[in-house]
Amino acid sequence: MSVILALALATSAALSDPAQEARAQALDAEIRCLVCENEPIAQSTAEVAADMRALVRERIAAGDSDAEIRAFFRERYGDFVLLRPPVDPRTWLLWGAPLLLLTAGGALVWLGRRRAGPRDIFTPEEGDR
Amino acid sequence: MEGRRVIPELGSFTAALALALSLAQGVLGLGAFGRASRSAAAAACAQAAAFALAIAFACLIAVFVTSDFSVAVVVSNSHTDKPLLYKIAGAWGNHEGSMLLWCLVSALFGAVLATLRGRQSPSLWSKAVGVQGLVTAGALIYTLFLSSPFARLDPAPFQGNGLNPLLQDPALAAHPPLLYLGYVGLSVPFSLAIAALIEGRADQAWARTLRPWTLIAWTCLTLGIGLGSYWAYYELGWGGWWFWDPVENASFMPWLAACALVHSAIVTERRGSLASWTILLAILGFGLALLGTFLVRSGVLTSVHAFAVDPKRGIAVLVLLAITLGVGLGLYGWRAPRMDKPSGFAAVSRESFLVWNNFGLAVSAGVVLVGTLYPLMVEAVGGGLLSVGPPFFNLTVGPLLGALFLLLPFGPMLTWRSGDLRGALKRLAPALVLALITLAATLVLAEWRVYPAIGLAIGVWLIAGGLIYILQRAMRGEGKSFGKVLLLPLSVWSMSFAHLGAGVLTIGAIAETAFRVERTVALSPNESVDFAGRRVTLLAVGDVEGPNYTATRAQFRIDREGNATPLHTERRFFLTSPMPTTEVGILSSLDGDLYLALGDEVRDSAPRAWGVRLYYNPLVHLIFIGALMMALGGVLSLVALARRKEAGP
Repeated sequence: MSVILALALATSAALSDPAQEARAQALDAEIRCLVCENEPIAQSTAEVAADMRALVRERIAAGDSDAEIRAFFRERYGDFVLLRPPVDPRTWLLWGAPLLLLTAGGALVWLGRRRAGPRDIFTPEEGDR
Repeated sequence: MEGRRVIPELGSFTAALALALSLAQGVLGLGAFGRASRSAAAAACAQAAAFALAIAFACLIAVFVTSDFSVAVVVSNSHTDKPLLYKIAGAWGNHEGSMLLWCLVSALFGAVLATLRGRQSPSLWSKAVGVQGLVTAGALIYTLFLSSPFARLDPAPFQGNGLNPLLQDPALAAHPPLLYLGYVGLSVPFSLAIAALIEGRADQAWARTLRPWTLIAWTCLTLGIGLGSYWAYYELGWGGWWFWDPVENASFMPWLAACALVHSAIVTERRGSLASWTILLAILGFGLALLGTFLVRSGVLTSVHAFAVDPKRGIAVLVLLAITLGVGLGLYGWRAPRMDKPSGFAAVSRESFLVWNNFGLAVSAGVVLVGTLYPLMVEAVGGGLLSVGPPFFNLTVGPLLGALFLLLPFGPMLTWRSGDLRGALKRLAPALVLALITLAATLVLAEWRVYPAIGLAIGVWLIAGGLIYILQRAMRGEGKSFGKVLLLPLSVWSMSFAHLGAGVLTIGAIAETAFRVERTVALSPNESVDFAGRRVTLLAVGDVEGPNYTATRAQFRIDREGNATPLHTERRFFLTSPMPTTEVGILSSLDGDLYLALGDEVRDSAPRAWGVRLYYNPLVHLIFIGALMMALGGVLSLVALARRKEAGP
């Protein structure tokens, strides 16, 4: 009874294989709802989101890989739908940002230390507090 | 009745008066050139401006409480049926009113800065008061000319449109004022930094004045963000507490900067080093706070195009931001290189670990900044729409903060100038062992999921490391066993609370994110479902009347190990809003929350049935307890600083 009603509710029926369902739930969290734009389809209560969740499971059942499913949604709804931005020339700067910032910060620390050097002796205060 | 009509005019007048006073405060404070009379006049102006703005804000609250619908913001944000608390909170639950609150907080902080000179040099103090005056004036110009809270409507309508029902909530009534205390709290370090740059000097007395302000800002931001997150958890109805939403990021970036500033100011105060970095951080921190205001207030977040529809306000905030950062960084580039006092500390020392703390926090803030602005930049250069969501931030900021937390327990164990890393590691060994046990146990129990296992291990490492530090400090103290722990200085407690809080929050965040269980079912009355070790039974669904809404209330019975507990969840329909809101039912226990949200009634079903979303959020309360512990650490630290000032030489 519950299962039939759940379908009527437009909630996606869970996949029977727990590993596949776990993949589906992970993907649900990465795909943006087209109606409630600040929510992934995993959380949105909109009907579109339920349809999209069902679509994710349909693709998994059809044997698509995660990357193929992402590409499928991207082709169908545009880049906007992917909360994990794809790696391409447009996003190199984005994905490279952590590395760039780490390098820049590291260089700053190194320069600062080179300039300072352990020559100034401050008051020999207590070591704690 | 006649008297009431002039309240909005009184508000406009006192706000304009405050603008004149804060401009005078700026000119007198910055142009004192050592004349004590001018500095004193600037301080008096600061106090008067705060007083005037307090009256203006009281007028705004008064027009909301009396539902004066001749005032435009009251019409668009209030309603006569609204409970009194939300009429009052309505005063800052909208753009215009919140900007006036921003000005009020800035003026109040300016007045406090002007009143408590401490041991600051008079000329530096005078300049800081002056800069703070200009900050208040800038915000007031924006408020009065681009978002006037007292604009009138003629003819006045008989009823208002009501406050967004999602915002009709006690946590959200307190959320904006706390965030603004935090945002604007960062304006005082900014003023002090600019004053130090003009003076060409940032000594330990300067850092001593800076510290309480950074702590106030950080503590308020911690509480404000924590409260916002808690609100999202129980009000939005999907069990989430953090979504890396641009609005959340807008408050998280200043928090990271304030957190770094709290730590670097300690180094500058105690050792006199890192002064120029502390100054830079103070400038950037306030810049991020302004950027946060801009992102939230301009509409740019939905889309660059939404921003272009009414760009006036957004551009004005951008101009203020450009002036702030332009003046700040320009002065910094010009003056800072000559003020740096080279200081000696070894690669392993309290100082160096605080440098790494700042490095980690600053890089994290930078990554959040890039991630938040990237979609806007791509859209602006015609690259189309792009989303940067939780997966990006979890993959980048997560490991950064993780690495930072790995280093954290060492910091307090090391001495200034030169520390003993091997000694620290030896003392931390039990914590390391506990963390490794956690790692192994989680890997085995959670099907070799590496990310959550590492996260939980880091949380345990932080907590155990923090406890070892407290014990070790206590052993060195005088007195006997338990007495020793109680006699520890307040500064040890404040730091420990904040660091333990970080560990507690980490465990909660990882457990909730990685191990939450969710399920959607359709239930008819007297139907049950087994979920996460509990039996959930729907008892009845009925309608209830609220003060300004009607609601569908579903009553449940939760059975667990022979105990039955009632629980209910509601959907509220407000007359003034098309979207219903969810009042979730939460049953907390030590291991986590059972969380129920009522959905739509199932169409054409007999017997009648309703969609119900069930969540099991393990250890989720640790997230909010952790945030509270961190804020408590901030408060204790403030008390410790205040006491030290009384007892000081």
